[in-house]
Amino acid sequence: MSFYIGLGRLKKEGILGMNRRNIDFISKYNKRSLFPLVDNKLQTKLLAQKHSINTPKLLGLIKYQHQIKDFKKKSLELNSFVIKPARGSGGKGILVISEQRDGKFIKSSKDEISFEEISRHLTNILAGLYSLNGDQDEAIVEELILIDPLFENYSYQGVPDIRIIVFKGYPVMAMLRLSTKDSDGKANLHQGAVGVGIGIRDGVAINAVKDGKRVNFHPDTKASFEDIAIPNWRELLMIASSCYEMTNLGYIGVDLVLDKNRGAMLLELNARPGLAIQIANSKGLLHQLKRVENIELKESSVEKRVDFIINAS
Amino acid sequence: MGAVTGYFRHTKTAMPFFPKESRDIWSIEAKIEFNPQKSPILVSLNLPDSTLGYKIFSEQSVSAGYGFSTVQKDGTRRGEWSIREASGKQVLYYKIQMAKTNSKIEQESFVPQASEDRVIWSELEEVIAKDLHNQAFLKSSNNETFTKELIKILTSYLEKSESSILFEKREYIDVLSKILSDAKIPFRTSLALELKDARRNQSLVPVLEVHDGKKWQIYDPKKSTLSEDKEYFLWSRGGKSLIDLTGGDGAHVSFSMVKQTLPALNLTKTQLEDSGFNFFSVHRLPIEEQSFFKILLLLPVGALVTVFMRLIIGLRTSGTFMPILLSMAFLQTSFVLGAVNFIILVAIGLLIRGYLSSLNLLLISRIATIIIIVIFLVGFMAIIGYEFGFNEGMSVAFFPIIILSWTIERMSILWEEDGPKEVFIQGFGSLLVAVIAYLVMKNSLIAHLCFNFPEINLIFLALIVLMGRYTGYRLLELRRFREFKI
Repeated sequence: MSFYIGLGRLKKEGILGMNRRNIDFISKYNKRSLFPLVDNKLQTKLLAQKHSINTPKLLGLIKYQHQIKDFKKKSLELNSFVIKPARGSGGKGILVISEQRDGKFIKSSKDEISFEEISRHLTNILAGLYSLNGDQDEAIVEELILIDPLFENYSYQGVPDIRIIVFKGYPVMAMLRLSTKDSDGKANLHQGAVGVGIGIRDGVAINAVKDGKRVNFHPDTKASFEDIAIPNWRELLMIASSCYEMTNLGYIGVDLVLDKNRGAMLLELNARPGLAIQIANSKGLLHQLKRVENIELKESSVEKRVDFIINAS
Repeated sequence: MGAVTGYFRHTKTAMPFFPKESRDIWSIEAKIEFNPQKSPILVSLNLPDSTLGYKIFSEQSVSAGYGFSTVQKDGTRRGEWSIREASGKQVLYYKIQMAKTNSKIEQESFVPQASEDRVIWSELEEVIAKDLHNQAFLKSSNNETFTKELIKILTSYLEKSESSILFEKREYIDVLSKILSDAKIPFRTSLALELKDARRNQSLVPVLEVHDGKKWQIYDPKKSTLSEDKEYFLWSRGGKSLIDLTGGDGAHVSFSMVKQTLPALNLTKTQLEDSGFNFFSVHRLPIEEQSFFKILLLLPVGALVTVFMRLIIGLRTSGTFMPILLSMAFLQTSFVLGAVNFIILVAIGLLIRGYLSSLNLLLISRIATIIIIVIFLVGFMAIIGYEFGFNEGMSVAFFPIIILSWTIERMSILWEEDGPKEVFIQGFGSLLVAVIAYLVMKNSLIAHLCFNFPEINLIFLALIVLMGRYTGYRLLELRRFREFKI
C-alpha cells in the first residue's frame, strides 16, 4: 500500500482533479443562475414533474414555524415519511421515519423518537442549519422509498442510490452508493459509505471502495459486490440524460433510486458532483469528458445520446 | 507592473530593498487631546532630548491654528502651543524621528546632587523607613545594589501588612524616592516610552534613574532588575510634569510609534522631495495610521498563503479566510499563546454549543448566544492570562469574535454530521495555514517590502489570479487517488 500516486500516473489515467473540475467543467458549463434549480430540491422536484420524470411523492411542505403544528395532525395519518431540507447538501438533515407505533415514531435506525424531536428537527431545517449558506430553508416531506429486494443484502439501513455523471447530456460515469454502519445509514462516501463503480454501458459492478480503499464485500452484510448488475440500465441512463434538457446544466451529478414498487426515480441533482466516483470506477473521468467535448454534432435526442454511450467501444 | 513600480520606487527614492541596509528609525507621535474652555489656551508639553542611545534628527508639530514654539525651562525643553480661542475637542500632534546610535556615552555633563526631599515623614513612618533602609544597606555594596535591594524589599512589603502604614497615605514611588533621597543617593524619576513596533495608544511608564557615579542607570521601579531586555526611550526626565494646560481640561497624551528601516540621510531627503512616488507613499500618513497600514498591507501575503495552501496543496480549512484572521491575531501576540488560546476557545465553545443544541434555538439566536459566550470566554482568558503573568493573555481580545463564533457553530454542525475526524482535519488545516501565513508575515524582509513597497501587493494579486486558473492536481490529490496505482 503506497501513500501517494505519481503525477505522471494521475495524468495518464485521466484523473480529474478538484481545480480542473471547478474551472474547466463546473464554471465553464454550469451557469450560475441555474444553480438554484438543483440546489433546491423542491424546485428540482417540480421541474422533474413538468418533464414527466418520476420522483418520490411530495407529502407535505413546511415553510413557516406555525405549519409544524398542522403537520403534527397530518403525520398521524402517515405511516412512514422522509423529512428533507429543501436546500440541504451532502445528505445533511434527512430524517427517515419508517413506521409509527403507539404514538412514537420509529427512525430507520430503529430508534424511537417523539413528535417533539421531529418538531425540533423541522425548526432546525427552517432556521437554515443544513442549508448551504445557513440561509432560511424549507422542509420537504416525501414518501419513503422502499428498498428494491435486489439491494437488500447490500445496504445497512439506508436506501442505495445511483449517481450518474452527465456531461452535456451524455452519461459518462456511474456509481452505486451503499450506506454502511459507519456512514450511519447515509449514502455519502466521505462519511464512510461504500461506492461501487458501475459500468456505464451495461450497469454491471466494476470495483468497490470504502474510505478511499478497495473492498470486495459489504462491511456489515458481507455480501460480495461482484455480481451486482442493475436492471433496466438503459432506462436509468435515459432519465439521467434527460436531466440535461431539464436544467440546461452541462456538468451534473444525477442521483437516482430504485423503488420496490415504482421503479427508477430521480432523487436529486448536484451541480458540483464529487470526484470519488473515479476511485470507485478505478478510472479517470477526463478521457471520457474530453471525448464528449470533442463530439462535433451533439445529438439532440436523449435516446441517441444514450445509444452513443452504450455503443461506444 | 508591481515589480516595475517597485523597482522605480527603489531607484527614485533610494528606498532599500532589504531591511539590513539601514538602521532602525523610530517615528514617535505624541497626540494631545483636551477640551478647551472659553479662554486663551496654552499647552505645554515636555519634549524629549537626544538621550543615551538615541538621536533625534527631526521634529515637527501639526496643530491647525496654533502658534508653536519650544522653550527651555529649568533645564528641560518644552513645546508650547497657544491659541486665543478654540471650541470642540482639540487634537495636537507632535512628531519626532530618531535613530538608534551606537554611542552609549552619557552626554550630560552635570554632576547630580542628591535630590531634595519632597515628603515629610511622620515619626512612625520614619522608624519603618529607617528599618527598610538598614535592611537594604546591609545587603548592598554600592548605589546600584542598594537600589535593587530596596526595590526588592519594598515590593515584597507592598503585599504585607507591616509596612502598610507607609503606603497608606503615600504613593509607592514617593516612598521609594524618599528613602533614596534620605540615603543621599542621586536619582530621579522619569517617564519613558517602551519602544515596540507598530503600536498605538501607548502611554508613558514611570522609570527610576539612579546615578552610579558615572552614568544614569534605568530601573523599573517595581522590579529590582535593570530593564535591559526592553527598549526604553526617556521622554521626560527628572519628574517634571509631562503636560501643563491652561484654558482647558481633560488633557490626555497618547503615543504611537512605528519602526522604519531607512537610511537616515535618505529619509530626510525623501520627505523633502515632491516626487510622484512620495505622494503615494504610506509614509505620508500620520504615524497612527501608518502602524495600522503596516498590518493591513500584510493581509495580501496572508491571502496568498491561504490560496496556495487550498488550491495547490489542497488543505481543507474551516471558513475560507479564517486562517488569515487567525494569523493576524498571532501577529498581534505571541504565536504559542495565540494557538493555545485558539484551541482552548474553540474547545470550550464546542462544549457549550453542545448544550445549546438541546435548547432547540433558532439559528440566529444560537449564533448570537455563542457570540456572547465567546466574549465572556475571551474576557475570562484575558484575566487568567494576566493572573499567570503573561500580559499576552490579553491577546485573545484580538481574535475576531464573530468569525470565531461562526467557526464554533460550523464545527459543531460538522461534528454532528461528519464526526469529530472532519472537525480535527479542518481545525488543524486552519491552524496550519494560519501558522504558515504567520511565519511568512512575521518575516522581517517581507514585512519591510510590503510596507515600503505597497505595489508589491500587485505581484501577489497576479500570483493569486494565476493560481485561480491552475487546473493541475492538488498535492493532496496524489494521495487521494493512490488506489489507482495498483
